[in-house]
Amino acid sequence: MLKIAASRLNELFDAIAEKQTLYIPVDREPNTAEYKKYESGMTMSSALNTVRSAKDFFFPQTENLAEFKVEGKSIEVKDIRQENEDFVVFGVRACDARSFSILDKVFLSEPVDSFYKNRRDHGTIVTMACTKPAETCFCTVFGIDPTVPEGDVSVFSDGENYFFLDRTEKGTEFVKSVENFLEEGDAAKLAQVQEQARSVIKKLPLAGLSTDSFGGDKLNEHFNSEKWAELSEACIGCGTCTFVCPTCQCYDIRDFDTGHGIKRFRCWDSCMYSDFTKMAHGNPRTSQLERFRQRFMHKLVYFPANNDGEFGCVGCGRCLAKCPISMNIVKVMKALEVK
Amino acid sequence: MQEAMIKRAKELLADGTVNRVMGWKKGEFAYDITPAVFDTAEELEQDFVCDDLTQANVSKYLIKESRKEGRILAFLKPCDTYSFNQLIKEHRIIRENVYVIGIPGGPKIDVEKIKAKGITGILSVKNEDYTLKIETIYGTETMPFYEAISGKCESCKSKKHVVYDELMGEEGDVLDSNRFDMVEKLENMTAQERYDFWRGELSKCIRCNACRNVCPACTCESCVFDNPASGISQKAAADSFEENMFHIIRAFHVAGRCTDCGECSRVCPQNIPLHLLNRKFIKDINSLYGEYQAGADTTSRAPLTDYKADDCEPSVVHERGAE
Repeated sequence: MLKIAASRLNELFDAIAEKQTLYIPVDREPNTAEYKKYESGMTMSSALNTVRSAKDFFFPQTENLAEFKVEGKSIEVKDIRQENEDFVVFGVRACDARSFSILDKVFLSEPVDSFYKNRRDHGTIVTMACTKPAETCFCTVFGIDPTVPEGDVSVFSDGENYFFLDRTEKGTEFVKSVENFLEEGDAAKLAQVQEQARSVIKKLPLAGLSTDSFGGDKLNEHFNSEKWAELSEACIGCGTCTFVCPTCQCYDIRDFDTGHGIKRFRCWDSCMYSDFTKMAHGNPRTSQLERFRQRFMHKLVYFPANNDGEFGCVGCGRCLAKCPISMNIVKVMKALEVK
Repeated sequence: MQEAMIKRAKELLADGTVNRVMGWKKGEFAYDITPAVFDTAEELEQDFVCDDLTQANVSKYLIKESRKEGRILAFLKPCDTYSFNQLIKEHRIIRENVYVIGIPGGPKIDVEKIKAKGITGILSVKNEDYTLKIETIYGTETMPFYEAISGKCESCKSKKHVVYDELMGEEGDVLDSNRFDMVEKLENMTAQERYDFWRGELSKCIRCNACRNVCPACTCESCVFDNPASGISQKAAADSFEENMFHIIRAFHVAGRCTDCGECSRVCPQNIPLHLLNRKFIKDINSLYGEYQAGADTTSRAPLTDYKADDCEPSVVHERGAE
């Protein structure tokens, strides 16, 4: 397997960054990582994951869609779409890698979202296998193997080296473009590291979580459950869970009057907000219970109903760590589980 | 303390003093504790928790809870009692519908500080003689208790309960705290340094509104930022300064009413030290209008809603200068 010594990783980064924009996770504070545009000398974070997910690369929090110029009775619509430049995201974890295929189902099905597709076409995803999962991790519940992440290229660390496995055409091209830096390496120690990680994963506190009670055909069992009242009782109606979530994909589109023209933008929205999907008659979900229920029903019932049984969660655990009142999908699944 | 609290709550439920208990519920791990209302002794025995990791201030929930039928028991830490009192002062909580038991406060442990040490796979956290013993999937770890203290407890302003119907533990005092140290540091910066500090911090904002929604001073039925007719785009940063303005405007809105409970910074998923904005206002109010602590009482006029002949003039802004 092709590898590079860990001590030479930055040489590789420098070479990639010379040709295209490179993003890597870096520590903002100890163990608090965020993706940053690589600049020579930056150190890749050793944190398990970034606080925000990697969805921003394809579905940014805010983006402009079109511009309008209004003069008298005529409106001029300006198409502001531009071909994206090629970029590489290095160090994406298995959970976030899977989230892209979930987002693809939403944005790449007809009618295709050209803004999203443009970024997807130009982005190369280099993933990083997990060796030290946290207690909040439960990706295996959704059939994800964190020791063999998806992506265009998967990278595995044995502590001393990084091994490269190309998985797509784009990935092969990427590995080829940096092959001068790679050499054939012995993966014996890597196999040990992977084995150890797998044995930890089996013992994770949430490893036993079951999706058996959920799916597209479980609407009636859960929608009218009395448990929603208790589960949503403490929800403060903020958007933290939605905004740190790698798969939450709802957005709002609005027009902004700049004073010299109109900018139409879209931005992330949260079903937890009181004005979510607000129409002329108001919000169809008038209570926090209904809004709370919507988020979890979407991930556990509605999404699988429309997407061949695939759940809208990848078990990254960000909502478990960040919800101000520590209510989350794991607690919801356990409460609604039909034994 | 937790056992004594459960025992007392069961007594008050049994004798009809209250029909519900506002407290905290255990989670999956040692630290993911959720505010909850308990209706029965069985629920209390099963899930009630109040330990070193129980940080959440439950006062804001009592706005809604005090409007329900019957009386609710609330366990309030000293800092929570200030929020509660302020909400009484603003006629948001119906006092007679809440039975308050004052409980000892922190210092509480913030699991984020444990995680910041690189400790992961956390299964349990125990305080053994001011050393934290942390059981993890990867073995036992230890760290000094004081390095894991939550931000809001590090600069505790008071151990005194300013309102209660009964007290568990001892009556505490208002402390001579160090809470303005960082504000002073910021004041001593040059304008450019201070601007860079806040731009750096506030640009991390993801507009999740957790700070606003958890804030016991933010109790408007409908927030100005949620009003589509307000002329500002509340969900997106229309330009790179807008999320900065959100926090500055919010700090203005709660000036003179913020009790410095620290919940805003505790819940921020991006670790923005939002409480420093509020503390700047508190410090300025203290120096311009005389010492004032929001929530300390329920009857006094707040400096910003009162008039005194020796109030500072608006020109104080100019006199203090830009630096």
